[in-house]
Amino acid sequence: MKRYAKNINLVVGSIIIFGFFLMMIVSFFYTPYDVTAMDIPNKLKAPNTEHIFGTDEFGRDIFSRILVGSQTAFVVGLLTVIIGVVFGVTIGGIAGFIGGWVDELFMRLMDALMAFPGIILALMLVAVFGPGIVNTSIALGIIAIPNIARVARSGFVQHKEAEYVMAARLIGVKPLKIMFKHILPNVSSQIIVAASIAFAIAMLAEAALSYLGLGVQPPDPSWGRMLKDAQAYLIGSPWYTYAPGGAITILVLGLYMLSNAIRDIMDPRSKA
Amino acid sequence: MFKRKYWLVLALLFVMFIISACSEEGTETNTENEGEKETATATPAGPQEIRVRVNDDPDFLDPHRATASLSFQQILNMFEGLFLPQPDGSLTEGLAESYEVSEDGLTYTFKIRQGVKFHNGDPLTTDDVVYTFERLMGLNGGEKLSKNFDNVASIDAPDATTFVMTLKEPNSNFLYSLTALQSAILPKSNDGKHNENPIGTGPFAFAKYSPGTNLELKKNEEYWQEGLPYLDKVTFVYQSDDQAAVMNLLAGEVDLTGVPGHRVAEVEGSFNISHQNNNSSLIITFNEEKEPFNNLKVRQAINMAISKQDIIDSIFSGYATPQGSNMSPAMGDYYLDGLQDVYSFDVEKAKKLLAEAGYPDGFKTKITVSSHNDMYPNIAQIAVENLKQIGIDVEIETVEWGIWLERVYFGRDYEMTTIDLTGRPSAYEILNDYISTNDNENFFRFKNDEYDQVMADVLKETDREKQIEYYQRAQEILTEQATAVYIADYEILWGSKKNITGLKSYPFWFHDMKEVKFN
Repeated sequence: MKRYAKNINLVVGSIIIFGFFLMMIVSFFYTPYDVTAMDIPNKLKAPNTEHIFGTDEFGRDIFSRILVGSQTAFVVGLLTVIIGVVFGVTIGGIAGFIGGWVDELFMRLMDALMAFPGIILALMLVAVFGPGIVNTSIALGIIAIPNIARVARSGFVQHKEAEYVMAARLIGVKPLKIMFKHILPNVSSQIIVAASIAFAIAMLAEAALSYLGLGVQPPDPSWGRMLKDAQAYLIGSPWYTYAPGGAITILVLGLYMLSNAIRDIMDPRSKA
Repeated sequence: MFKRKYWLVLALLFVMFIISACSEEGTETNTENEGEKETATATPAGPQEIRVRVNDDPDFLDPHRATASLSFQQILNMFEGLFLPQPDGSLTEGLAESYEVSEDGLTYTFKIRQGVKFHNGDPLTTDDVVYTFERLMGLNGGEKLSKNFDNVASIDAPDATTFVMTLKEPNSNFLYSLTALQSAILPKSNDGKHNENPIGTGPFAFAKYSPGTNLELKKNEEYWQEGLPYLDKVTFVYQSDDQAAVMNLLAGEVDLTGVPGHRVAEVEGSFNISHQNNNSSLIITFNEEKEPFNNLKVRQAINMAISKQDIIDSIFSGYATPQGSNMSPAMGDYYLDGLQDVYSFDVEKAKKLLAEAGYPDGFKTKITVSSHNDMYPNIAQIAVENLKQIGIDVEIETVEWGIWLERVYFGRDYEMTTIDLTGRPSAYEILNDYISTNDNENFFRFKNDEYDQVMADVLKETDREKQIEYYQRAQEILTEQATAVYIADYEILWGSKKNITGLKSYPFWFHDMKEVKFN
């Protein structure tokens, strides 16, 4: 346990993620102000005791919107990771375990998907299916698949010749059971790392899409959209950019720290 | 070791070369300045070249094909019509020196101005005028380019200076279709090349067009209005981002640009700010064929529930004039004052009206807005918040501009939307959007027999006072029927360098550079 406490990445990363998670849970029950309630005479007020992060161009409380914006960030992040992991592990697992032409076919498809710049693919998907939280997550999930599939495949390739797999085969365990019951737990650490990175990327991509006006729809608060709106008031009201920009930066930083920490702990070779 | 020294020597030599080159340039400019000083009494100081930032490229350089307001904003500097629009919305004689209208209002006789030259040096003749109208009407084999002249029975040039048009029915608004906005006079000799190499009679001539970058115009040395223009060169620079444009103005890279209201304070001290009444009508409107918007009381309730002042304060930083009907005060006599107070903000009354209409608990609907300008989603957000208070639950759907045009404007597949209707110089063209048979523009699906009648009558009326009465009645009907929520005519704020004079503002989009100069 002491070893973990010394791991700065783990400690700081966990605190950040836990803090934001708590914030999100709280925001379901309580926000200082209604997130859509406008108070136009009090627009663009600098941070003060009533509005600790100030107010936006409609006089809405920025702090409340940051709180509720964390829901969007987590929902998009989690949905993306679920889609990416479910499809990525299945595709990568089958490709790695069966090998041969199946491997070729699956992985070339993944390569093709990877060849698209992520944000362009997301833009295309959003243009076709329409903007919104769920569609954005689906688009980002699809983008996350190839990375996770690659990690899963390399794990499965590594383990499929292992003695315990041979033993399982010899006593007649069904291939599917070998894949998911025997091998998967052994490659889960790499997948967790890949998934946490996918989570961070999804959050940034959601911010980028919303920044372009194609992600989350107003008046639902999203950090990316807040950043976009704040841009117009950059000189006159700089604090408006600090809040969403800071939230995105800190949460993504926390995710990267945590994923680094997980890799360090799970990977036996990096202990030295 | 040797190698390093070798590089050092090379670098030194290079630096010396640059320094010497710089000083040479310096002396050159010095002598030029001295030369200018000597002649300073004759011409204004400094280069008479202006860089004007506009949002986007023109859709066509050919004035007969262009449709976007943004295009005319630029290309009207190159072209002129028989009449010239004036900043106050009236008309003055342009390429027509004088004109006469027959008793029955059907025959228009124009004397063509003599001594006018096109940019290519050719003199303006009645042949060119006939060619222009034949081209617009599709009489010389090409496609029809304008619907404005469907009412023209014949055109004729009986002698070298006279041009005659005969109408099928009297139309009191006809002269308004004779400015460069609708019928720029083009030289016959340039047929087929009007878009690649546009030629007109305007104060500036086409020099170069680099799509996506800029449009360069040069001075028309032989312009028929003595002494004009003052500028040698006008460059329209394309930049879509309003925020970056302000930076460019501050950095001195452009001389004139639109400034968003909330950034005026940054620019005010060191630049001139001029206010232009846009002559547009910013509206939140409904599909009047659909439930529940076919109910007058519902439309009135929405009118009372939306706070125009909130929208004006937050979106335009107060730089807008509240409206009550589809007419801006910029239209002078045609504008009917007082309508803006008919539906004052009153939540209780709105709730009552909604209950009377049979929706005591409100209803659910959707507002479809274009994403190409933040203004629209932002207005929608305020409207949603306002309408929540009377129980109407509105979902915002933002779509791309092209999809908006296709689905909302042309497809009429929408419930609510918000848009600004751009101004035109003529009151008729502003108000004809609501005529039930104007299928092209009436995307509100507004149908009102009295309105149709008023708009038909006004065309037959030749007396200006009576025309004004008709137009004002039309505005009243729109308010009575709560056809849309008429929010405001927002001002366009132009930031320009302090030494620029001669900027004029029109009731439509036009950066008139004719009398602009640097002092």
